[in-house]
Order: sequence, then C-alpha cells, then structure tokens
Amino acid sequence: MKDKTHQYWKANLKIVFSLLVIWFIASFGFGIIFSDTLDQIRLGGFKLGFWFAQQGSIYIFVIIIFLYVWLMKRLDKKLSEEEEI
Amino acid sequence: MTTQLLTYIFVGITFALYIGIALWSRARSTNDFYVAGKDVHPVANGMATAADWMSAASFLSMAGLIAFLGKDGSVYLMGWTGGYVLLALLLAPYLRKFGKFTVPDFIGERYYSKTARKLAVVCLIFISFTYIAGQMRGVGIVFSRFLEVDINTGVIVGMAIVFFYAVLGGMKGITYTQVAQYCVLIFAYLVPAIFISILMTGEVIPQIGFGSTLVDSQVYLLDKLDQVSKDLGFIAYTENAKSNIDIFCITAALMFGTAGLPHVIVRFFTVPSVGAARQSAGYALIFIALLYTTAPAVSAFARMNLIDSIQDQPYSTSPSWFKNWEEIGLIAWIDKNEDGKIQYSSGDALENVKPSYQELRGPNGQRLLENEPNLSNENEIYIDRDIIVLANPEIAKLPSWVIALVAAGGLAAALSTAAGLLLVISSSVSHDLLKKTYMPKITEKQELKYARIAAAIAIGIAGIFGIYPPAFVAQVVAFAFGLAAATFFPALFLGIFYKRLNKEGAISGMLGGLLFTASYIIYFKFINPDINNSDFWLLGISPEGIGCIGMIINFALALSVSIFTKPPPKEIFDMVDEIRQP
Repeated sequence: MKDKTHQYWKANLKIVFSLLVIWFIASFGFGIIFSDTLDQIRLGGFKLGFWFAQQGSIYIFVIIIFLYVWLMKRLDKKLSEEEEI
Repeated sequence: MTTQLLTYIFVGITFALYIGIALWSRARSTNDFYVAGKDVHPVANGMATAADWMSAASFLSMAGLIAFLGKDGSVYLMGWTGGYVLLALLLAPYLRKFGKFTVPDFIGERYYSKTARKLAVVCLIFISFTYIAGQMRGVGIVFSRFLEVDINTGVIVGMAIVFFYAVLGGMKGITYTQVAQYCVLIFAYLVPAIFISILMTGEVIPQIGFGSTLVDSQVYLLDKLDQVSKDLGFIAYTENAKSNIDIFCITAALMFGTAGLPHVIVRFFTVPSVGAARQSAGYALIFIALLYTTAPAVSAFARMNLIDSIQDQPYSTSPSWFKNWEEIGLIAWIDKNEDGKIQYSSGDALENVKPSYQELRGPNGQRLLENEPNLSNENEIYIDRDIIVLANPEIAKLPSWVIALVAAGGLAAALSTAAGLLLVISSSVSHDLLKKTYMPKITEKQELKYARIAAAIAIGIAGIFGIYPPAFVAQVVAFAFGLAAATFFPALFLGIFYKRLNKEGAISGMLGGLLFTASYIIYFKFINPDINNSDFWLLGISPEGIGCIGMIINFALALSVSIFTKPPPKEIFDMVDEIRQP
C-alpha cells in the first residue's frame, strides 16, 4: 500500500514536471527570450515571436491544463484499479 | 433612444438579475457562506472563477494599457493567464483535498502555528483591499461617464448591490451571481471587438482580424501600426521597449502572484472533488482566454482607430467622444503650435503628466489647463489609458446599444471581483481570526453572523476607497501581485511538495519575502519616485517585477531555516501524505 502511493506520487510529479517544461518554453521561451529571433518568421500578418507573446502562449496554457486533467484521470484510474486487485 | 437611456436600461436589467439570483441562493450555514456548500459544478465554477478573476483592470484597463505599450503589454497577457497553469498543476487539487475554508486555514494547520495563520491573514487583507480600491475606481468611471451621475453616488449604488448579495448569499450567492456576470461581461467584450474587426479587416474573429490585412488594402494591420507608430516617434508596436530581464521578471511575478491570490484559490474549495478542482481550473482558463486573446486585438484596433480619428484634426470638428472624455477629465489637449489642430506623438504632453483644468475655455472651445506644456516634444494630447475600452465603440462609431452594453459589462467585471474579494476578507476575519484564534468557543451560527458583519464593514471600507480614491491605486496593484508571489505562493507550494518544511522555515520565508518586496516597492514608488528607472533598479528589475526576486528570497530562507531547526511533528507528515492522494 505504502509503495503504491509512493509510485502514484512519483508518476504525478513526472506529469507535472513535463507539463511545466512546456509551460516555460511556450511563455518565457518563445514569448520572451527567443521572441526577437522568432520574429524573423511570419505567420500571416503576425511576427511569430509577437504572436506567441500575445496569443499562442495562452492557447498552449489551456491545452496544458486539459492534458493534465486527462493524464491525472488516467493515473487515478490506474491507482484505484490496482487497489481493487 | 439615447445612449444614456439604453445604458440605464441595460444596467438596470443586469442589476435586477443579480439581486434575483442572490435571493434564490441564500446561504444557510457557514459551509454555504464560505465555500457554497462544496457542490458547485466545475463549468459553473469555471465561469465564476473567470468573473471573479477578471476585474475592472482586465475589462477596462488592460486593452488600453496594451494599446499604448505594444509588445511590452504581453507581460499582462502571459502573466495573468500563465498563473492558472501553476494553480491547476501545483495548488488547486491539493488544497481542495485539504478541504477547509480559507487560505490562512491551510497555512495555519500545515505549519501548526497561530503566528503563521495571523501572518497569512494580514497579507490576505492587505492584498485584497489593494485590489478592491481598483474595482471601486472602475465602478466610478462607468457611472460618471455613462449614467452621468456623481462618482460618489455611483460608488454607493455599487456598494449597495454588492452588500445585498455578498452579505446575504455569501459564497453561494456570489458564485451564482458571478456566473451571470461572466455571461454579461464576455458578451459585452466580444460584441464590439467583433464589430470593429469586421469594420477594419473584414474578419469576424478578432483573433484572426488582428493578423489580417486592412479592408481595401494589401497592408497588414500590424505592419501599418508599426509604421504609423514609428512615424509619430514611438517605438514600433510589435517591438519591446523594456529589457528582456525586466519583462521576464514582471511576467513571472504576475504568474506566481496569480497562483497565490487568495480570492482565486478559495474558488477551488467550492467544487465537490479533487478531479472537479482540476477540471474547473481548465474551464476557468478557457473562459478567461476568450477575453485575454481578444484583448490584444482590441488594443491594436483601438490604437489604429485613435490615431486615424484625431491626428491633425481641427479641434472644432473633433469627434464627440473626444470632447465628452475631456469633460470628465480623462483627455486633455494643449495647442502647443497654436494651429487649432490636434497633434499626437510620443512623450508626455504636459508638465506633471496629469492635467489640472482651469475654469476658462480656449479659443477653440477646449478646456484650458493649469499645467505648463512640456516643450521637449510635440505631443499635444493627454489620454488616460483606462478609457480606451469604454471609448472604443464610440471611436469606431458603433451603434449606441453596443456602448450601453460595454458599460454594463464593465460594471459586471468590477462588481464580481469586488464581491469575491470581500468574501475572502470577511471569511478570514470571522473564521481565522475569531473562530480559530481569539474566540474559539463561538457557535456556527455566531460565526456566520460575524462573517456577515465583517463583510458589511469591509464593504464600507471599500466604499471609502472608492469615494476618496488613494492617489496611488495604479501603483499598488503591483504590490498585490508582488506580495502574493513573495508570500503565499512559496508557503503553499512547499507545504504540499516538501514535507520537511517546518513552521520556523515557513514563517521566516514569508516574512523575508514580504519585507524585501514591500520595501523595494515602497522605496521606488513612494520615497524616491524620481530615481524609479532602470539605472537604479536592482539588476534592472522594475518594482512591478520585484515580487519574482522576493519569491526566490522566500524559498531560500524557508529551505535553509528549515534545515537547521527541528522537523515538523509526525501528524504533519501524515497530513501531507493525505492531501497528496486524490
């Protein structure tokens, strides 16, 4: 039992950490640090770095949270199934 | 029908709706009052969270700020949405599992200390009142411009409405009213944005119109805006003026501050389960993103329209919105070259920046100013950034019902946030200070009564802030986020993810973060505002972004003090294990 909750917590940390890496790259990475470099590329009327800073990062944030909801639901299900066995 | 009559009708209908909902959802227990009985559906909670979060600042001020800041304005867009990712992944599910009523509740129990709880209450009250002052100013602006009543009357009407549903309904009343307020405010934000997008670019969706070509032309809107801005002596719209490190720190302070704001966190205590808390954060961000991705489009349209409609126009034939806002005192014109035409360019038009008006009128009918002209540039107009969203439909010549709708939306945004803030203030007073610290013997019924009294007193204080607005409202907003980032976020995060953290560590971390951040902001904003520029800032970080450093100090202090003092008792280890399970 103790072992199982430990594994659950480790799996949880892995999910959270990987999603936070995406969060960091989308906002601080593309929107700020590499923004000027990305501005060389154009997306219609937008420069890409500007688009990430004012639009793209927000869309990615929404996707991250729903990915998290989905991954955690799967993990919770696995835990409760294992407990039944 | 006149715009004013329409505005009265729209505002009247929405107010009646809020009162009706409040009557329908009265609170009967402390559980209802503090956390809405913990049975709010995740979608409804998402909407309520969005309305709670999107304040007068988001609705009225943000697009205007971005219109003038250009790409630098991205800090608000990323900062105020990215915080939800932190909230959803690192805090909300665990705090819901903990299952108590307030944020100081968690800090008090997790760090087994009344001192920590009291310190948290002090931070919470400070952060929340700072915020409310801004909401009341928003209410005042809308009332004075569109209903042409005195600002004080406007504030009192707003207070009465909030009083009615917050005191009566507690969290339950507030939650369901906020669902209605979200619908009003998002509709009011999107309608003019869509209209203007169609007018300017032919695209229905503002997020697409923003990156499209202008009607009857091959030129992209943003390219034209870059060109026009440069011609007038501004930096290109799509380029940064601030340094990268400052942008980085401001964005981080706003993100971590958002995740640490008590009135947002407490929303996740109202849903039925941990899974629902996670989902709810996702829905909240969708509802917020709808406004936040529209806002930068509105900013670009507004900036373009503004320049087009006033540049080199004779004052005598200038549009009526220009003169209306001049009457309110949020626009001023000083004819530096005495040609009777309005010239707009970079730099402050006036000495001392803010206009103070004389009774007299100038040769063109404009209000004359006490201020001396600032002769270092050719700019002739002062425009308060808060008016952009409200003036935008008028600038774009939209029908008057759209203008009325925007007024009702602005009020919805301000009132919903004010109510949420009042609730966290009153519950932390009645629950954390009275029940858990000074008067542990009171019954639930008495606690509920004290919660209502505390809410009533808090509304009174908020009203005083609205009628006598402190001159530093705009400055102290940086304070609220910086402090939330430097105090609450590390204490909550470590409380969940690091079992070994003890009370000594948590308290010294919060105190260190608080003192550092507060003194930095007070020094540059109030004591020595003359040297508030990047030459004097620590590492080039502005007071807006310093909360990020305050947070790092908090983490460092908390961890190091903790290691050298004795570990927390075994119950705390068990408690943390417990909240880590779904």
